[in-house]
Amino acid sequence: MQLSRETALAIYERMALIRAFEERVAKLFADGRIPGFVHLYAGEEAVAVGVCSHLNDSDYITSTHRGHGHCIAKGVPLGEMMAELFGRSGGSCKGKGGSMHIADVSRGMLGANGIVGGGPPLAAGAGLTAKVLGTGAVAVCFFGDGAAEQGTTHEAMNLAAIWKLPVVFVCENNQFAESTPVSYHCAATSIADRAASYNIPGFSVDGYDVIAVYEAAGEAIARARRADGPALIEAKTWRYFGHFEGDQVTYRTAEQTAAYREHDPLTTFAKQAGERGLLTEEDVDSIHQNAEREVDEAIAIAEASPLPAPDEALTDVYVAYR
Amino acid sequence: MAVAVRTLTFREAINEALAQEMERDPKVVLMGEDVAGGAAVPGFEREDAWGGVLGVTKGLVQRFGRERVLDTPISESAFIGAAVGAAATGLRPVAELMFVDFFGVCMDQIFNQGAKLRYMFGGKAAVPMVIRTMIGAGFRAAGQHSGCHYSVFTHMPGLKCVVPSTPADAKGLLAAAIRDDDPVMFFEHKLLYDVQGDVPPGDYVVELGRADVKRAGDRVTVVAIGRMVHLALEAAETVAADGVDVEVVDPRTISPLDEDAILSSVRKTRRLVVVDEDNPRCSMATDIVALVTTQAFDDLDAPPQMVTAPHTPVPFSPPLEDFYVPTTEKIGNAIRATL
Repeated sequence: MQLSRETALAIYERMALIRAFEERVAKLFADGRIPGFVHLYAGEEAVAVGVCSHLNDSDYITSTHRGHGHCIAKGVPLGEMMAELFGRSGGSCKGKGGSMHIADVSRGMLGANGIVGGGPPLAAGAGLTAKVLGTGAVAVCFFGDGAAEQGTTHEAMNLAAIWKLPVVFVCENNQFAESTPVSYHCAATSIADRAASYNIPGFSVDGYDVIAVYEAAGEAIARARRADGPALIEAKTWRYFGHFEGDQVTYRTAEQTAAYREHDPLTTFAKQAGERGLLTEEDVDSIHQNAEREVDEAIAIAEASPLPAPDEALTDVYVAYR
Repeated sequence: MAVAVRTLTFREAINEALAQEMERDPKVVLMGEDVAGGAAVPGFEREDAWGGVLGVTKGLVQRFGRERVLDTPISESAFIGAAVGAAATGLRPVAELMFVDFFGVCMDQIFNQGAKLRYMFGGKAAVPMVIRTMIGAGFRAAGQHSGCHYSVFTHMPGLKCVVPSTPADAKGLLAAAIRDDDPVMFFEHKLLYDVQGDVPPGDYVVELGRADVKRAGDRVTVVAIGRMVHLALEAAETVAADGVDVEVVDPRTISPLDEDAILSSVRKTRRLVVVDEDNPRCSMATDIVALVTTQAFDDLDAPPQMVTAPHTPVPFSPPLEDFYVPTTEKIGNAIRATL
């Protein structure tokens, strides 16, 4: 696939932004400035960005507990995201959702999800809306290798297939369901092969190669937009951080992570795009500087946003209750 | 031009509400196991196709098409969850969970997704969906097809719960539920489907959260839910022969609950009986008794009485199931116990 310089810049900017955001969140969390739990996406940037580069605001995504990268790739404002992580009233969810439920329905981001396998049926529903209303929108369902074993995931793929819904299922196989390796929890050797049981195309891609993800997602999303039905993409990837921050990561070795860092998706893409004359070293430097500045600004927005008044806990349960 | 009130069955009233709301709003879609009765398959456009296992949605696929009346696989998690996702993105789905007892296989999508989504998203989303589901004993269908279980859902913030007792209420409440912007659980007692009653034609809406006094009286308040309203009315007639004038209050919506209607009736009669076919622990019966004893203790002349199912699953054998369900006789005894 021929990438334009504009697309290459956009892809690298988004990946750099996710990386900068997540690395900073790790520090903020370690400093005790973020309550609760955070699950960081660093290392998996090529998947969210490779896929979401084909989407616009009227398309939908469902996400996972590891949702910051999906939010950023879908265009959720960074300041609102950071304010949400800080539990502030100016957050994406007014401080009621936090990292695990961060959402922005106005931009088609239907929520991170605290339930593993919670998202696939929701994505099928978003696809149904697009189909019934004829909007031409596509829904992308991100899920992990852990969620690949949930009944909801299988049920939703079957439902989307029989109803021919415009839904693309993207399995981010980071090779661990919390601490349990995919080799243990998954009877199949390829999650993408499961597409055959739903009579839909399955794509297996290197999740560290953003161009590979971008190409497979482009094909799957184009099919869905043409009303040719769903597809399944398995992107093999690796998270640099633990399952959650504070995780001592006793289930894999530092050497394994170091080996993945050798093929880091950002540096790999910078090199590939550089060789094609699409990105210069100056571009890369300035993108990283801008990303750091955007994260600084997001933190400033979060800090300036007031904590919610305690009785705000009583609102937003219903549109109306009486 | 006024059209005369007609007599319809509870089943026909629900079908009419669905048809009218689908006519009124193209965003209303139906989905569920057998709701189109296999007529979703091209070349199988049979007029007599099933419309749900008890025929409530019969004829709707022929009228509104396969895009809007969707048979589903037996995948409650997928299609209830799809209804949540569709509602959050612009449709008004009405999903049918065939029997409420099946909630176990899709509760995450109801409870963790549908009910909590708006709150977790800080009020920046709405989930305007209805889950219609069959409840109740009396079909000799035993433990996994006979429960009421609505109390389970009233416990969950984010859900509204509706239990109609008459054909007119079924039509008006279902229309209101479909137009409502929050997720609504709509509980249909299977023994009521053939019950007949006067139903207003045309656009008829019964506001959610409003109780209805089904029989006015001044001696004892009987709050009864769903099918129990009919038994309470029969019991009221039996004690009327002894000069006891019973008021039967039908909450119709149990979340939100019309607390004022219940309290004002009890303040008048000073006596309360609650009739609830659901299991008794943490139930609507205990909830209504708690409401009255905490808010109107000084107005009571006698301890409130509860007539409920026992704390067991629904049994199969006829004498066992008949023992399980509250009866007119038990309700009459409870009324007398308050005198």
